[in-house]
Parts: sequence; structure tokens; C-alpha cells
Amino acid sequence: MTEISTSSITETKKFNIDTVENAAKTPDTELPWAELGLKQNEFDEVVKVLGRRPTGAELAMYSVMWSEHCSYKSSKNHLRQFGEKVTDEMKKDMLVGIGENAGVTNLGDGWAVTFKIESHNSPSFVEPYQGAATGIGGIVRDIISMGARPVAVMDPLRFGAIDHPDTARVIHGAVAGIGGYGNSLGLPNIGGEMVFDSVYQGNPLVNALAVGVMRHEDIRLANASGKGNKVVLFGARTGGDGIGGASVLASESFDDTKPSKRPAVQVGDPFAEKVLIECCLELFKGSLVEGIQDLGAAGISCATSELASNGDGGMEVELTSVLLRDPTLTPGEILMSESQERMMAVVTPENVAAFEAVMDKWAVEYSWLGEVTDTGRLIITWDGEVIVDVDPRTVAHDGPVYDRPYARPEWQDAVQADAFTGSVQDTGRPSAPAELAAAVTELISSPNMCDKSWITDQYDRYVGGNTAMAFPDDAGVVRVDEETRLGVALATDANGRYTYLDPYHGAQLALAEAYRNVATSGAVPMAVSDCLNFGSPEDPDVMWQLAEAIRGLSDACMELGIPVTGGNVSLYNQTGTTPIHPSPVVAVLGKLDDVARRTPSGWREDGQAIYLLGTTAAELDGSEWSNLRGHLGGLPPKVDLAAERALGEILINASRDGMVDSAHDLSEGGLAAALVESSLRYGVGARIALQDVMDRDGVDLFTALFSESQGRAIVGVPRSEEVRFTDMCTARGFVHTRIGVVDADSGKLEINGVEALPLDALREAHEATLPKYFG
Amino acid sequence: MTELPLIGEAVAVAASPRLAGAKIGVVTFPGTLDDRDAARAVRLAGGTPVPLWHADTALGDVDAVIIPGGFSYGDYLRAGAIARFAPLMSKVIDAANSDAKLPVLGICNGFQILTESHLLPGSMIKNDHLKFMCRDQVLRVENSNTDWTLDYAEGQEITVPLKNQDGQYIADEKTLDALEAEGRVVFRYVGFNPNGSRRDIAGISNAAGNVVGLMPHPEHAVELGFGPESLDGIGGSDTDGLGFFTSVLNKIVGANK
Repeated sequence: MTEISTSSITETKKFNIDTVENAAKTPDTELPWAELGLKQNEFDEVVKVLGRRPTGAELAMYSVMWSEHCSYKSSKNHLRQFGEKVTDEMKKDMLVGIGENAGVTNLGDGWAVTFKIESHNSPSFVEPYQGAATGIGGIVRDIISMGARPVAVMDPLRFGAIDHPDTARVIHGAVAGIGGYGNSLGLPNIGGEMVFDSVYQGNPLVNALAVGVMRHEDIRLANASGKGNKVVLFGARTGGDGIGGASVLASESFDDTKPSKRPAVQVGDPFAEKVLIECCLELFKGSLVEGIQDLGAAGISCATSELASNGDGGMEVELTSVLLRDPTLTPGEILMSESQERMMAVVTPENVAAFEAVMDKWAVEYSWLGEVTDTGRLIITWDGEVIVDVDPRTVAHDGPVYDRPYARPEWQDAVQADAFTGSVQDTGRPSAPAELAAAVTELISSPNMCDKSWITDQYDRYVGGNTAMAFPDDAGVVRVDEETRLGVALATDANGRYTYLDPYHGAQLALAEAYRNVATSGAVPMAVSDCLNFGSPEDPDVMWQLAEAIRGLSDACMELGIPVTGGNVSLYNQTGTTPIHPSPVVAVLGKLDDVARRTPSGWREDGQAIYLLGTTAAELDGSEWSNLRGHLGGLPPKVDLAAERALGEILINASRDGMVDSAHDLSEGGLAAALVESSLRYGVGARIALQDVMDRDGVDLFTALFSESQGRAIVGVPRSEEVRFTDMCTARGFVHTRIGVVDADSGKLEINGVEALPLDALREAHEATLPKYFG
Repeated sequence: MTELPLIGEAVAVAASPRLAGAKIGVVTFPGTLDDRDAARAVRLAGGTPVPLWHADTALGDVDAVIIPGGFSYGDYLRAGAIARFAPLMSKVIDAANSDAKLPVLGICNGFQILTESHLLPGSMIKNDHLKFMCRDQVLRVENSNTDWTLDYAEGQEITVPLKNQDGQYIADEKTLDALEAEGRVVFRYVGFNPNGSRRDIAGISNAAGNVVGLMPHPEHAVELGFGPESLDGIGGSDTDGLGFFTSVLNKIVGANK
């Protein structure tokens, strides 16, 4: 077995240590604050807070903790709305809200669930495999920190144009990294998204979501309380990887003139993380830790300052006790290192021996760094000499906050005035049966609408044995309790094109879709986590997009009655002066009392009635169809949150009472995409007639198929349930139309007015796209 | 011995109560992933799972052992190469080779550990397409006389999940010929060879038939709604894998056909 080394470094390295004493004596020493990402005003503020110049180690801490990535300095003033626009009803099930490692929601029966979505965008462009892998690692550690066993992950991904030579590099690396890390942790990957758009060419978005479950009594928080309690660092050793990751990579945009930033990307060791998970769960089970914090962005700087400031306010740490992978690291580098698979915990003196026994059992290395004090100061020493002496709140919480100027971009009006209908790109709109059939095939084989198995087959969706549903269904569903079959459903969504056209409503549409997806699976939506991917906040246009998106999202959460419990903001996603489309990725978590009742997206039984729920308007702006024709302008589909809520209730009730056997939400690609996906899910065809919908809603067949109007879904209803189902819709005043029947024998999707679509050909077209580009 | 940190401990399903006395050990190495799943499969089949820790030096009174899937020690060297030296493995090897012929099943990483332990011949290398692959895989049961396949019919086709990175079974031609001749090819991939395995081999046994290893995961096809594809059991194969566990349990209690 691995030998455990717990002793501190006996031979202290000889650095020219910049002590606090020295800093007080040498106020004029030049410090590399600009290279570390601080601005002049921020450095001045540090000096003011300390009443002297910072030491090298203090500068390292402030620079990472005050970076955009860690301090949310540009978005904080806007993010407040998530905490403010909350009703008592929304707080009812929230056990832990925004601000901790992840929010916690009550599931009932003594169960709680925690989930969070985060970005790992910049590292995934620089080094796709490690960037994506450590994205999973980081979010999973957030979940463990709450006291939960992680039970599933999901990955919303956005890459550049499918045919751009660099896209293959990024997608191969990122997908293999997510698989390589997540599969090795024993966490099923149950869903996500995949979007190709040239706006993401130099700024791919690799977001990662993790969900964990726990008993109420197991909830843990990141705070260091109890004077005399011991502070321990455990897991992997600290190395030189990821130094300055948060400040340098995540808070800067890429351009070609600077040297490669590879050294700032962390390298993951999934085995170490898997062992860390089991080891932490054993610690929780034995109630052996008082407070716990994972080491992610900003490493030890973040963990010590957050633990201390959230607790009794003081901590003393000896930095030479940190176990190192690279003995040449300086104190500042040790404080900034973002080496993966590390955790910091606070342990009472009585539990030290039991703690060490758990570490030994799992062969996890650990070192005792110091203890909790009541001085209100975070003091870090290097071989006894004080190199950091700060109020931890000033590091962790009192960073700069900016009211960045923002204004509606001058170009916004022109973009919104440029509707797809009637545009140059809209010439020759398909109308003949053969044209419409070709259009459906073109749509479902397009990069964004094609089958994603090339990606999802590289992820383990079975491990754990609790996956009740995964891609390509609308939501991933995981069982929490084997006895009662209580479970959770999760979906993530975003539409960068909609949000570009109208950030306020675009963000709401992302929430509406994720909400709809969760309800479609039969689950009751409960909580939201969001990952806000935007360009530079220093650009007033981008800042306006961000402000509008947050305002829209928080308003919509209030209206749908589900709170935001956590998330992350990723800014500076731009190449030169060109930002990505504003991309708020929204994750919604729902609860299923019995996962056996979840509704899959495909129909199977011959003769079942197919209903379209909701109304269809001529809404093609920002749609996949207009995207295929190279057009982006106009206004995104209308948001009707009351309708989303009503639709959700119908889908949830129908699932619970066994009134539907299949349900699929309508979103990108509209009805055409949904009909094909529901048919291909189990390889069972259908006969569809849309005349009633066209007459009622006043749209032509093309629009009925390709419009992306919201608040719609298709469901498969058993004959025996048809009356009950339609009565329910009528009683609730929700528009519903019988559009066809399942045909198990034809092997075709037949839509009146569209040339018949053999399922074999559809499947071939649907599945061929990703392998064609990526092998 | 260790207790696995279980979430949502399953209640024993009403399988035949006469099987409950049969104890099947499930080994956990650092990096093992499917141990809880294997334990659940044993329970659902009616037996009693017993957690075994890699560092244990005794097997206790278990009647059979399952070495589950995962990435033992991260598999950074060669899959199963380090796990094979765990203290418990020498006990497993001895018991499997003893006159009592302890039934041993290696699933995925467990299969790799069994070949590294020389309980089974051949080895696994990276999939021929070089990617991790997760899919519902059709297998043909070629030998229904091993301890782990008695409840299947010869030639029966079953669907179980397959998920691995290093699943390509290789051995020299002489070994392959001998395996075929002795009926020790227990499972073959049907319709699609997912990793380039020689002669479509998915699983093999030792000469006595008490040790079986395969790359696909029967423990993930034991429960309605959580197995391959047929979500509601309509024409489903959700529970095709259950036969592995009932086979060995029935043999242990002496009740096979």
C-alpha cells in the first residue's frame, strides 16, 4: 500500500521570503500586480485594506480571489436579483441557498438534493481533454463539499462550426476528457446539450453539472468554527498546475499575441477523485469533520479565506506543511496552485485519530496545516515567519464590486427588425411534399439537430444502477431511494441565438425550455442553477446582455415559482472584440415521487393517439431552420410563462396518473424535429395530419412543422386514456389537438402533405452527421 | 471488512427465500465503480451480498465472489495489473483453484483482473476504435454449463450494457483455438463487435467452469426500468442479466435444473 507521509517538510526551502514584517519596512518595493491580473485601483484598495503593501503571498491571494472568476465583481450587483426576487413559497424547500458550494433542496422523506452547474470554458479551449476533465472534477467536489454523494453529471457543450478544422481538436479532447474523468468516478452522465456555431470557434463552452443526494442530517457547510479545531489538507499533493488559472485564464480573452497558456490548465487524476469521494462520505458518515471546503479556483487561498471568514473568523496555517508534488514551488505559488483532487477540512482534536484512520484506509495523503482561532485574522506562516496576515473577509467577500456601464447596443434595433420571413435567405421556402420531406431530412441531419450518440456513447450512463432515463430523452432521471423510488429529473438548456436577439426573453426561453423538459419527463420542477456564459463585461453591449439576461431569468424564476440555488458566471468569452452569443445555460431540477412513472420521449404502441399541446404561431426568427439558411435576426419566440406552467401541470399529472406513454417537448427544430425524434426513439412510425392545427392557428404546413413557438409538446396517449386526458386539458383550458396515431407496422413517419419519410432513411441521415466529421 | 457507503439501500426483493442463505462476496478496490450495482444484482436475484475489501486477508464464509467493474487504482498502468496483487486476490486465486472450486465472476475490470491473475487466459487491450463505448450489447450464450450460466439456454441471445475503454479481448491463436475446442468461449458478441475482440469473444471461463470473466455488465440488466432500452419493460431485455446471479445462487443451494 501507499505509504502515508504526514510529517511536515523537515528541510525548509530557502526562499527570499517576503514577510509581513518586511513588507511594512519596504513600502516601495515593486510588485507584479498587473501580471497577476489586478488593476491599479484594485491594488490600491489592497494597500488600503492592509494599511501597508501586501507581501508576495498576500498579493497572490488577493489577485486570485479578486479575479472576475472568484469575486463576481462585474456581475454581483445584478446577481443579487436571484436572491431578492424570491417568495416564501419558493423558499419553502430551499435548505441551503446561493453562496455555499452548491444549493440544497428538500426532496421530502428526509432526503435532500444538491446540484450546480459551472463553466470550464477557457481551459477546455487551451487543453480540451484536461480542461473538460477537471471541469467535471471541480463540480463534483462542490457537491461532495455539501455532504452529498454525487449521483450523476451532465454536460452542456457549445463548439465552433462543425466543419472548422479546429472543432475536431476541441470536441475530441473535451468529450474524451468528460468521459475519461466522469466514467472513472462511477457517475452516470445522463444528459446535456451539443450546439455548433461559429461564434464559439475561439471560445467553446464546456459547462458541467453535477447532482448529489444526502440525508438532511448530512448537510455540511464550508466554515471553520471552534477555536483549537485542526485544519487539514487532504487528497492529491499540491503541484505547479493551474497556477493563476482563475485570474489569468478565466478573466482574460484570448488573442494570438500572447504566449500559450497551457501551464495554467490543471491536470486531473480521476482515480484520486474517486477515492476522495468515498473517503469524504466515510468522514461524513462518522461525523468526523466540522467544516469542509473543496479546493478549486484559487486553491488554498480560496479554501483558507472562505473557511475562516464563514466561521469564527480566524485561522493559522503553516504553509511548509503542505505536501508538494514539486518542491520548488514558492509560497505564493502554493497559495495559488489549482492542483485538482484536494479538500480542506476542520476537525476537532478528539476526531483527529479517527480522521487519520479513514485517510489510511483509503490511502489518501493528508497534512495538518494549523488550527482555527478567534482572532479574526487569517495568518499564514512559512517556517514560522508570518507571510500573510489578513482579515479573511477582505479576501473572500470584500473584493471589488463594479457597476459596469451598460447600454442597449446600437445594432440591436436593426437586428430585431431583420425578420427571417421575407428575407433574402427565405427565398424558395419548401412547400411541395417532396420539398418538405427534404427539408425535414435536412433539419434532422444538421449539426445541431443530428443524433448525438457519437458523444453520449463515450459516457457511462448505467453506472450506479439508478439511471431511469438519460439522453436522448428530454430529461435525465436518477432514482434516489430504491425503496420508495423517489427520484430527480434534470435538464439543461440555452439558446444563444434567441438570447442574442433579445437577452431578456432569450434567458427566459432557456429557463422555459429546461422547465418544460423536466415537466415532460413527469417531474415537478423545483430549483434552478445557471451558468451565465458571456463576453467581456468591459464592453457595454455585452454588459447590457448580461444585465438583461439576469433580469429576465430572475423575473421568470419568480413567475414559475422556482428559485435559483446556485451557479456560476463565465465572462470574457470573446475573441478579440467579438463576443460569443450571450449563452445563459439554465439547469432545472425536478422531483419524481416514483421514477417508474417517468415519461420517455418516444412512442411504442400501435394505435395510440398523438396530441399536440399548445398553439403554433409563425415564429421562425432565430430558429434552427433560419440558422440552416444562414439568417439570424428578428425576435425570438414569445415567452408565455403562464402557459408553460399550465403545460407543465398537464404533463406532470398525465405522467402521474398514467394518461400518457410518451411525451416530447417542442423546442429547436419545432414539430418536425419532435416528430422525427419521437419516431426514431424506438423505431416506431406514425401517421400525422396537421390540417386542424393549420386551420386553427392560421399557419401553413411549413410553419406548422418548423416554427419554434414555445409552450408546446407532443404526447402519445393510450386509447383507454384519451377521454380522461382530453377532459383534463379542456378543464384546464389548454389547447390540444389530436394530430395522428402511432403506426407500428409502417416503418414510416407519414405527415399529410409531406412525402412519406421511411424511418430507416431518417435514422441514417440523423446518425451520419457526427461520425462524418469526427470519425 | 468494510461497509460500503450505500445511498438508498435497496430492500430485498421477494425472490426465492431459499436462496437468501447463499453469500456472494463483492470485492471493492480503490477505484472500483460497479460494486454497489453487483451487490444490488445479488440481492435482486435473492442472494445475500457480502462486501469484501481489497486489503482483507480472508474471504470469510462467502460461497462465491464477484469482482466488479471500475478502474482499480485508476488503471493507469494496465487494466487490472495492480489490483491483481491485492492481498484478497491471492485468497480468491487459491479458492478458485482449490478442490472446492469457488465460483468467481469478473465483470469488465474484474475480467481484466482475472486475466492479470492468470485465472483466465488472454488479455484486454484498448478498443480498436480507441474510444470509450457505452451501448446495449447483444450476446450469445455459447456455454450454459458454467457456474454463472446454468440458468441460460445454450445459444440464447441476451442484451446487457457494455461500457469500457479497454475491452478488446486478445490471445494467441493457439489459446483461442483451445478455448473454442474446450467450450470455454462463454459469450460472443452478436451483430456488432464493439471493440475488435478476437473471434467476437465477450467472455470466457476456466476449464472447470467456476471462473467466468466478461466485458459486458450483466449487473446492469437486472431490474425493470434500469436496464437496456426497454424503459417500461415492453418487449424488454431489462433483466436479461439476472440469470448470471440466479445461476450461481441455485448452484450454491444445490437446486439447479
